[in-house]
Amino acid sequence: MGGIKTSIARKVAMALSGLFLVLFLAQHFTINFTSVVSPDTFNEISQFMGTNFLVQAVLQPILIFGVIFHFVMGFVLEIKNNSARSVSYAKYNGGANSPWVSRNMLLTGIVVLAFLGLHFYDFWVHEMQVKYIQGDMSGLNEAGEFRYYEETVAKFAGQPVRVAIYVFSFVLLMLHLLHGFASSFQTMGVNNKYSKGIKVFTKAFAIVIPMGFVFIAIFHYLNNL
Amino acid sequence: MKLNLKIWRQEDAKAKGEFKNYQLNEVHGDMSFLEMLDVLNNELVEKGIEPVEFDHDCREGICGMCSLQINGEPHGPDRGITTCQLHMRKFKDGDTIVIEPFRANAFPIVKDLAVDRSAFDRIQQAGGYISVNTSGNTQDANSIPIEKDKADMSFNAATCIGCGACVAACKNASAMLFTSAKVSQYALLPQGEVEATDRVLNMVAQMDKEGFGNCTNTGACEIECPKGISLENIARLNREYLAASLKG
Ligand code: HEM
Ligand code: SF4
Ligand code: FES
Repeated sequence: MGGIKTSIARKVAMALSGLFLVLFLAQHFTINFTSVVSPDTFNEISQFMGTNFLVQAVLQPILIFGVIFHFVMGFVLEIKNNSARSVSYAKYNGGANSPWVSRNMLLTGIVVLAFLGLHFYDFWVHEMQVKYIQGDMSGLNEAGEFRYYEETVAKFAGQPVRVAIYVFSFVLLMLHLLHGFASSFQTMGVNNKYSKGIKVFTKAFAIVIPMGFVFIAIFHYLNNL
Repeated sequence: MKLNLKIWRQEDAKAKGEFKNYQLNEVHGDMSFLEMLDVLNNELVEKGIEPVEFDHDCREGICGMCSLQINGEPHGPDRGITTCQLHMRKFKDGDTIVIEPFRANAFPIVKDLAVDRSAFDRIQQAGGYISVNTSGNTQDANSIPIEKDKADMSFNAATCIGCGACVAACKNASAMLFTSAKVSQYALLPQGEVEATDRVLNMVAQMDKEGFGNCTNTGACEIECPKGISLENIARLNREYLAASLKG
């Protein structure tokens, strides 16, 4: 991150990495949603994503780099911004001129980061273990059927605490994106006659996609009561 | 009306400041905020107390000198105005008003409520100008046709009075709204095109060097700006900056 030295360059890097994560989020949601409508499709896509060389060896490292870059840059910017005002106001009325979500990106981001920790532990670590440590690339369980759908459902079935954590985290992700998605366009210099439409689209996305993830988690929980 | 004032007092840039409480018993709704402070200062002088230092000059909203963070907002609770244009009728009998200097490391305190905003001058000097040969055969500016839309946008950007409310309002103490207005006012005109690349690179570099924070698009600056400078200018600054960086 040493090469990106000016305030605007850092901001643009932040926006680009954020937009990249938004794209990933849309793709991730689409795949997860198949688990609600068609377990077979979900299994097939999971096996494809889990064994495809391009996905595993190229896209996955890019994604991990993107996440790390985004939150590290977020911390760097936040530290710089806080140090631009060492003596803070005794009375500060932030709500008078700016939305809460725009002033608390670090807070919402940190919750998402903590969630990503749990999420990695839940799914990614397990996949890495089965595929690359045990060397089982078949994607099958002992009965010879695809294991992805049942493993995913098992994470939520009878697990109210995990479901609650997922719901909470995705609400915070929604708040993060309510500001972040539209903000990234402004940062890229887009503020014109299309901006109204962009705001509507980004706000809709910020609500629909995270709430969609919430729906999937609750669906599998309720479906297996 | 009667008012309780909680005012930041600080001897000089290095001293440790603190809040002092004052009471005023006869404030009229028609007074401006600065007139109210004049009344306070008269009382303080009569009592042999050092008057409160605050910046002001034109007292009609055009010079940008008056500052003050009033109850947590630059220029107080009203919109589209400077502190000299703020009327006391915006407050109620018995109110406590907290008055602080604009806070940003790039705006060091001179004394009490007065801050040094010369960082803005240095940003301006880094590129907020055009170079014209005035040897005698200079072309009349009016002979260069300019689109009405662009002329209006440039004019609007040029109405920035450099008051610093944008920095004071921003949670990051960012000077992007000010800098974007100063870049936009030239970027929109043919006269400004010649030096466009260096201008934006140098002004942003100076802005960073002064220690202002990064923009996070909260929009607080636009809401608090007395001249209605809009976020479109910041988007333009970002575009100009990206284009200039690619050119080198
Ligand atoms: C890993 C934890 C995360 C942290 C700590 C984090 C932190 C931040 C911070 C501090 C900002 C800058 C705030 C600003 O400039 O206003 C930001 C912006 C942004 N974030 Fe995140 N974030 C995280 C995860 C995510 C995820 C998962 C996504 C998308 C799915 C995302 C999308 C965005 C977007 C689009 C922006 C806007 C960039 C801009 O304003 O130009 N972030 N994030
Ligand atoms: S942009 Fe507005 S708030 Fe900022 S210095 Fe100019 S006039 Fe003041
Ligand atoms: S004193 Fe000139 S703008 Fe307020």
